[in-house]
Amino acid sequence: MPSGKVPEPPHPLLVKHFLTILGHEIRMLLVNASTYVAAVLFLALMGLVFTTLLESYSTTAQEASPAAVFFQLFWLPVFFMVPLLTMRSFAEERRLGTLETLFAAPVSTTEVVLGKFGAAYLLYLLLWGLTGGFFWILRHYANDPRLIDSGPLIGGFTFIAVSGLLFVALGVWMSSLTRNQGVAALLAFVLIVLVVWGPALALDNFPVLRLETMRPLREALEYAKVFRHLDDFTRGVADVRAVLFHVSGATLALVFCVFSLEAKRLHT
Amino acid sequence: MASLPDNSAPPAIEVRDLVKTYGGVTAVSRVSFTVARGEIVGFLGPNGAGKSTTMRILTGCMPATAGHVTVCGHSVATQTDEVKRLIGYMPENNPLPEDMRVSEYLHFRGRLKEISRKKLGPRLDEALEMCDLKKVRHRIIGTLSKGYRQRVGIAECILAEPPVIIMDEPTIGLDPRQILVVRDLIDSLRGRMSVIISSHILPEIEMTCDRVVIINQGRVVAHGTPAQLRRDLLGGARYELELAGPEQGLPALLARVEPTLKIVVTTPAADGFRRHTLTSTNAAELGEPLLRAIAADGRLRVRSLARAHPTLEEVFLAATGQNWDAERKSA
Repeated sequence: MPSGKVPEPPHPLLVKHFLTILGHEIRMLLVNASTYVAAVLFLALMGLVFTTLLESYSTTAQEASPAAVFFQLFWLPVFFMVPLLTMRSFAEERRLGTLETLFAAPVSTTEVVLGKFGAAYLLYLLLWGLTGGFFWILRHYANDPRLIDSGPLIGGFTFIAVSGLLFVALGVWMSSLTRNQGVAALLAFVLIVLVVWGPALALDNFPVLRLETMRPLREALEYAKVFRHLDDFTRGVADVRAVLFHVSGATLALVFCVFSLEAKRLHT
Repeated sequence: MASLPDNSAPPAIEVRDLVKTYGGVTAVSRVSFTVARGEIVGFLGPNGAGKSTTMRILTGCMPATAGHVTVCGHSVATQTDEVKRLIGYMPENNPLPEDMRVSEYLHFRGRLKEISRKKLGPRLDEALEMCDLKKVRHRIIGTLSKGYRQRVGIAECILAEPPVIIMDEPTIGLDPRQILVVRDLIDSLRGRMSVIISSHILPEIEMTCDRVVIINQGRVVAHGTPAQLRRDLLGGARYELELAGPEQGLPALLARVEPTLKIVVTTPAADGFRRHTLTSTNAAELGEPLLRAIAADGRLRVRSLARAHPTLEEVFLAATGQNWDAERKSA
């Protein structure tokens, strides 16, 4: 008969369970249809954007490099791709009731949240990474070094990687609030739209913000303008404040996600 | 062969004065019980009695409002992670991921339960073998029948060979043949693991469990072996007697055999016989003296006499009914 003596964990637990959950979640994302829908829509859309971009470059001379203009449209796929990638994370587990089984194992809520976030983020990076192929094709066939400026390209991908932390974290958090995947996707969409467009729209549409007394708020909104971060990155300016904004925002969203799951565990 | 329980070790589960309230409602009120090592205990109660809440608190999935719960000597409140390593838990409705294969799911659960990669393969095969899941190990869980799904849940429970297994309604929604398979499976754990199961199918509990805890409106209303509960809750014994002949002197004859032996119901039977249901507060075997007394009378003819064995349903209804009556009176 098993003795009831607790077995000693053979590895540092956080790393061990995080990797187990991460591997499992990546696998679950890869067998899920919504991942492929997101991937196909994303690549088709970005392919179309890239082709249109090249056509405009072939007819008229442009100031900015194709990469800088390409990344200016990052929000277009992010608005639908992130909700599709993250909507299942917790909503599906809550609907099926498997979250209770998951937490009956010796895993912490933080490990589960980080595992699910990590899987969605890696897939997000992979999909964006595939768009690198567009630039490779361009370089291979156009033989025009002016079209491929590595600075904005590296800057653009760095921005995608850094801002993706926040967007994916928001999606995972929204998924923990409901058992309905559709509602989770909608909540994530609204929140990401607010984060991307909100500060710029508020600054443009609320004259009250131009008052001297509103300066701190105006500066805060200026600091939170995601497009400004993108401009900095594509110009080769790695602003630590922008990195901090996205990293701290992602951390906050994940902490709220842990709180939301813990609150449900305590009160249901 | 199953090894004998270690008597010096703390009990598998010890619950003392457990209280759980949420939203101003007391779901569990001062519940206390113990489960010994290697014992199979049935947890009975009507819907909303607090069974699932108690089980979820035992597994560390939900914190208690007050009280003391230990699993193999480890406090659930302060050593939650240790307790989780000692428990195999199958929640109500046995939730499983729909789009995973059986072996993949068990492999993932095994890793979460900290079974080393080296041991996981053989353990997985053993659990699949025990639960007769080998032929469906590569099937997607969502496509399995209810019976197979229940067995996947049980395989997951026993995978890490925990000393304590907690199953909430493991036979719900199964057909009689599947119930038999699950019952045999639980029975095979006897002596090796301590098992606590809740069920509405009372014959299942009676056949599988060493002891029964009946809970109603958040309180333990009865506990003990099924035989003890019959004696305590229904009292004495009941007999079914079929006889013919002049019955005027029957009550006096019964009183001579045992003063508390009385006729409670009489119904006509075929061929001029009548069937009498007799009860007595005396649990001793009264069959032989009763037959002897009837034979001595000479005018009565006996066709059959049998001691009735009340079912656990009757015990359950008596236990929960008494509690309900007490609540109403106090209100």
